[in-house]
Amino acid sequence: MSDMSMKKTPIAELDPNIRNKNFQEVCLGYTEAEAMKEASRCLRCKNKPCVSGCPVGVKIPEFMKKVSEGDFAAAYEIISLDNSLPAICGRVCPQEHQCEGKCIRGIKGESVAIGRLERFVADWNMQNNKSQIIKPEPNGKKVAVIGAGPSGLAAAGDLAKMGYAVTVFEAFHTAGGVLQYGIPEFRLPKNIVNKEVENLEKLGVEILTDMVIGKVLTIDDIYEMGYEAVFIGTGAGLPQFMGIKGEDSVGVYSANEFLTRINLMKAYLEEYDTPVHKAKSIAVVGGGNVAMDAARCAKRLGAEHVYIVYRRSLDEMPARNEEIHHAVEEGIELLLLTNPTEVLSDERGYVKGLSCVKMQLGDPDESGRRRPTAVENSEFTLEVDSVIMALGTSPNPLIRSTTKGLETNKKGCFVVDENLMTTKQGVFAGGDAVTGAATVILAMGAGKKAAKSIDEYLKSK
Amino acid sequence: MFKITEKRFLCENVVYMSIDAPFVAKKVEPGQFIILRIDEFGERIPLTVADFDKEQGTVSIIFQTVGNTTKKLSMLKVGDSIADFVGPLGKPTEFGAPKRAIVVGGGVGCAIAHPSAKALYNMGVKTDVIAGFRNKDIVILEKEFEAVCDNLYITTDDGSYKRKGLVTEVLRELLEKEPCDLVIAIGPIPMMKFVSALTKEYGVKTIVSLNPIMIDGTGMCGGCRVTVGGEVKFACVDGPDFDGHLVDFDNLMKRNGFYKNEENHKCRLGGNGNV
Repeated sequence: MSDMSMKKTPIAELDPNIRNKNFQEVCLGYTEAEAMKEASRCLRCKNKPCVSGCPVGVKIPEFMKKVSEGDFAAAYEIISLDNSLPAICGRVCPQEHQCEGKCIRGIKGESVAIGRLERFVADWNMQNNKSQIIKPEPNGKKVAVIGAGPSGLAAAGDLAKMGYAVTVFEAFHTAGGVLQYGIPEFRLPKNIVNKEVENLEKLGVEILTDMVIGKVLTIDDIYEMGYEAVFIGTGAGLPQFMGIKGEDSVGVYSANEFLTRINLMKAYLEEYDTPVHKAKSIAVVGGGNVAMDAARCAKRLGAEHVYIVYRRSLDEMPARNEEIHHAVEEGIELLLLTNPTEVLSDERGYVKGLSCVKMQLGDPDESGRRRPTAVENSEFTLEVDSVIMALGTSPNPLIRSTTKGLETNKKGCFVVDENLMTTKQGVFAGGDAVTGAATVILAMGAGKKAAKSIDEYLKSK
Repeated sequence: MFKITEKRFLCENVVYMSIDAPFVAKKVEPGQFIILRIDEFGERIPLTVADFDKEQGTVSIIFQTVGNTTKKLSMLKVGDSIADFVGPLGKPTEFGAPKRAIVVGGGVGCAIAHPSAKALYNMGVKTDVIAGFRNKDIVILEKEFEAVCDNLYITTDDGSYKRKGLVTEVLRELLEKEPCDLVIAIGPIPMMKFVSALTKEYGVKTIVSLNPIMIDGTGMCGGCRVTVGGEVKFACVDGPDFDGHLVDFDNLMKRNGFYKNEENHKCRLGGNGNV
């Protein structure tokens, strides 16, 4: 019999006024008893709407059943059939738009906390499963993966399990991609990412860091090294700026730079050399998860005022509900329907303010969201000493500009067929490099799909 | 890990170092840069490549010990290793086909001016080099420059060695004397700014090599953005070479000074060799 409580089983979190001064993980996770209680809220619907909302099709009701019975090892087995990075997805997926958004329990109350339970099962497994990872029998073929982010890691894992000798080429000094440089420690602890990478290495995946493909090696060089297929999972790492006056002032960061300094280079820790500006008052422009991450990092670095400046309303904000909720709890101030018009600087060129204008929403635009337009005579100045632009990112041109025969669309995304093969024979691509900036789970799904396609391609060769 | 194969001091605070990095050595061309990180706690710092040996698989850098990372680096010995050495990054210098070129180096910027002079000279271009230093004690690469140019002019600010004065004074004389169709200027930002202003008067194409603040070196952070001809460019992927007549040097100088004031951060920035 299902537990019919209308709300999700509460989950322990660090106190907002303590956590906004440190980088410890905000959400503490369910206990075994809480997990079993929450899983028993699942109605085990026959048509499984939740599964249809999952980009990789995790068998949710099946793993819910195992969790409710306390058989966490079996639950993990079920999840890992479809999801190779559950500890990560449980933490960063936008569940309210995916599985939980389709959950029948969500119609009259709150949906089942599928994300929290996925995370619980993955964490439980990490702590309790001592079984050795067994290297599969090699099939004698080499595959190269470019980029050690979510799509690359997922592709590498699946290919390694099929017996391929996989080499992952990573531009940074650490594997993980956006999981390392983008998502902060308090939302996704780096030991979890490192653990997933270690597991891949145990499967036999070779990871070469400091390798900027397109510069140090081209795709053609990789073929000459004996690789028979290539997967490009280089993501969308190019930051966008607004193009407004004063954006070149000292103290204007892209969210990528700000977050990379903090997350990858660990500028918030005394023993690391990389500096980051500790602003007193800071404006973060944008309304996505990246904007929330940047704002919450700035708060943790000691900023008194952190403003999110977003030109639409709360309803249109692309960030996960949980991130917005956590940010507000931590003291982040939301300035909605507000658009920056100019960055103001002092005589030394340092940021001293952000001119903004209030916005109103009109008719829906091509994205289906109501188009914001400026309200006349609504200009005002926000006093800040730093500005972060979190406006989205686009794919990096380093590979497309150095590889003949690789077609991209006008946004710079690789053109692929239904099997994720690019216009160059044997070269596959997936994740943000194909779709433009999206989510970890979609990238991971693409990596898994590409692994399957690469296997079929090499078998038919 | 990347092993140090050679190390020597060119003067009291300028170090020449070769690193075993066969993949980088195979692809690198003059004008490109690398990013290095000494260890887990280190910063990623960009340094333009000073020389390379494709057969030995080594890449050489020359740096001045002005900040935390360069000081730590200068204390390492041959046989020691550094954690990361990434490259080659940025675009190689596009020399075109000049008939006569003048290469201007300032301070440790001479380290990067040298491969340009070498490349031009080896292309058969009539090449003059002007190398400026603050004083006699920090003069570097004199012999190396002599081997790759037709005429070498050394200046010192205080007159303690060779000619007293600024590189721009010599440059003006040379431009007056004989037509020239390419100037390459690499050094502190004010030097590149004044050289570019001078060559603009004479209408001579001028390439400068910029070294702004950056992290990844692949176009990802945007920290290295510079204004060139009114457009925003990323020095790491669009440069590091730019048309000196179009660069907004004042903005670059402001942006490069950012972390000088940050608590606990000893910063080395200020241009390509702020001697």
